[in-house]
Amino acid sequence: MLTLDDLRISLGDFTLRADATIASGGVTALIGASGSGKSTLLAAIAGFLAPVSGRILIDERDMAGIAPGERPLSILFQDQNLFPHLSIARNVGLGLRPDLRLNETQVERRDEVLRQVGLAGLGDRLPRDLSGGQQSRAALARALLRARPWLLLDEPFSALGPALRSEMLDLVERTARDEGLSVLMVTHDPEDAKRIADRTAFIAEGKLQEPRPTADLFSDPPNALREYLGE
Amino acid sequence: MGQAVAAALIAALILPLIAVAWRAEGWAALPARDWGALWFTLWQAAVSAALSVLFAVPVARALARRHFVGRGVVILLLGAPFILPTLVAVLGLIAVFGRSGWLGALDLPLYGPQGVILAHVFFNMPLAVRLILQGWLSLPGERLRLAASLGFTAKDTFRLLEWPMLRAIAPGVFLVIFLICTMSFAIALALGGGPRSTTVELAIYQAFRFDFDLGRASALAAIQLAIGALAALLTFRLALPSGFGAGLDRTVRRWDSGGWLRWQDWVAILAACGFLLMPMAAVLADGVLAVLSLPSSVWWAALRSLAIAMTAAFATAALALPMALAVARGRDWVEVAGALTLTASPLVLGVGLYLILLPVANPVALALPVTAGVNVMLALPFALRALIPAAQDVTGDHGRLAASLGLSGWTWLRLVGLPRMRRPLGYAMGLTAALSAGDLGVIALFARPGDATLPLAMYQLMGSYRLEEAKAAALILVVLALGLFWVFERGGRHADAR
Repeated sequence: MLTLDDLRISLGDFTLRADATIASGGVTALIGASGSGKSTLLAAIAGFLAPVSGRILIDERDMAGIAPGERPLSILFQDQNLFPHLSIARNVGLGLRPDLRLNETQVERRDEVLRQVGLAGLGDRLPRDLSGGQQSRAALARALLRARPWLLLDEPFSALGPALRSEMLDLVERTARDEGLSVLMVTHDPEDAKRIADRTAFIAEGKLQEPRPTADLFSDPPNALREYLGE
Repeated sequence: MGQAVAAALIAALILPLIAVAWRAEGWAALPARDWGALWFTLWQAAVSAALSVLFAVPVARALARRHFVGRGVVILLLGAPFILPTLVAVLGLIAVFGRSGWLGALDLPLYGPQGVILAHVFFNMPLAVRLILQGWLSLPGERLRLAASLGFTAKDTFRLLEWPMLRAIAPGVFLVIFLICTMSFAIALALGGGPRSTTVELAIYQAFRFDFDLGRASALAAIQLAIGALAALLTFRLALPSGFGAGLDRTVRRWDSGGWLRWQDWVAILAACGFLLMPMAAVLADGVLAVLSLPSSVWWAALRSLAIAMTAAFATAALALPMALAVARGRDWVEVAGALTLTASPLVLGVGLYLILLPVANPVALALPVTAGVNVMLALPFALRALIPAAQDVTGDHGRLAASLGLSGWTWLRLVGLPRMRRPLGYAMGLTAALSAGDLGVIALFARPGDATLPLAMYQLMGSYRLEEAKAAALILVVLALGLFWVFERGGRHADAR
């Protein structure tokens, strides 16, 4: 369970308030216009931005003072998810040990995960030699190896074409269910939320609403969301 | 017009070199000590460059990841040795590390190879810090964020991100400093000189000044030229962060460097500042006491230096401006022509110009104009480096607008070019003035007793062990060089604000 307890974060002039609980298991979407603070909220949860006040609790553990790499989560950014000068295998291997001294079992696990995301045999390539979809798969593979209970997605597939993006979202949903991960994903596109999110929370006017089951939310949207959807 | 200037510059560069090559003789008879000078030049430059880079890495790393009040001042301090007159620093190092200096107890053998290398590190470690710091700041913030999200320790970050960056740029930094150190004259003149510590440049000076053996001086100049060309050729092939200190005023956010790394960084920064500040403070503090007792010849020398500096500054501006505009209009070879002068050393040019002038005039009578001319050639690459980006901006941003309004020639320069390029122009002129005022090179080769510039007068005071007066002369020299830089640079900035 991820609890945002009377949280206030600010970036420049912008301030966001959040007081909500996000249940573990399944996929939760954060939806809102660009500039509404979705990514800022994700950065705070991941530990890149210290809150002005309030607390972030993951499974009842206060995250204050815990370094980004130590938090029980992995994050996929919008871009720059791979180090361009390291091979795919090494990029993915970082999920097991940041110093890359992998033993035999770990090498096997890495190759297994590469197979799982459909990148078998591509480990020696550099990121630039892979398509955008394949790069996303590599980043996802690394998150799987890290095996943290939460996976945060900051629109990592937004640069992909529609078909490929749907495919990646489905892959995330499937693997998250198989591995028992809780996914928190940011999106500006209601279709993404409808496609894979069990619950959706709407951000507008500097405030995060409590998440609701996705189907309920879209069948009976509050006014601000109705405006955003253009209905 | 820029192309004509560049062609003239190449001629001014090539003709002395041809003269030197023509006159070089007696290769077989080159005494063993001259080959010794070649060997010393190479190994001291290699050691100086290696130490500069080695010491620069922890300092650059500390400046890259620490944000503190006064960081801007430290960066500024790191730029100071570039315009600090060489002899002033040498005198400062003597005042700190010499036998009766502040740290005399260390008993560092200052006269000889160690002293030459120490002075080279003093001048080039800060340059290395600034260049390497640029490499550090070029690490994208996104990549450090990714590293943090994966739980990298400082060690992991170093191995996977910082080390590849260093491996890419450190060789280039090493070579640039190696090239600078092979041309060392004033430092070797003041601290070296024995059979174990004579550089090729110093050997040229000795062959010319003491033996008046033009054939040998030319042969040595040819050797020096070969070293410079080789090092420059290698440098062009290596990646080097461009520009001098643009955008060093930010730090990259890091999540992996708390704890004792903080202390390590502070030690690095404080040690570097102490190493740079102590010699300057030692000279200036002592110099104040003796300023009023200086002989009038020193004040006249200061006036000559001022005249040379002003002449060089305006001549450089007049040459660099059309060249930069030519580069901005796509004449890339002009930039290469400007950079070529980096490979020619002052004494090689000095000997060459002497040989050319000899049949038509008395070169010794032209000591001051020749000094100013050589300074212009040496300052041009730096002036171009400052002006070319601005010229590219101004032609790129406003080229079409100016063309549609029919602005061209002098009108364009007056209304668009100069106002938009004032700031880098002021910087380039300030730099040239400071470098020319503090230069001790060609003038030592040519000057008659009554023609001394301030650095030469200061050297003569040092040579007769009148150290207190030498320090006072150093104080005037620092005020002159830094003052000229400040005035020109401020002039450009002020105009910019309007």
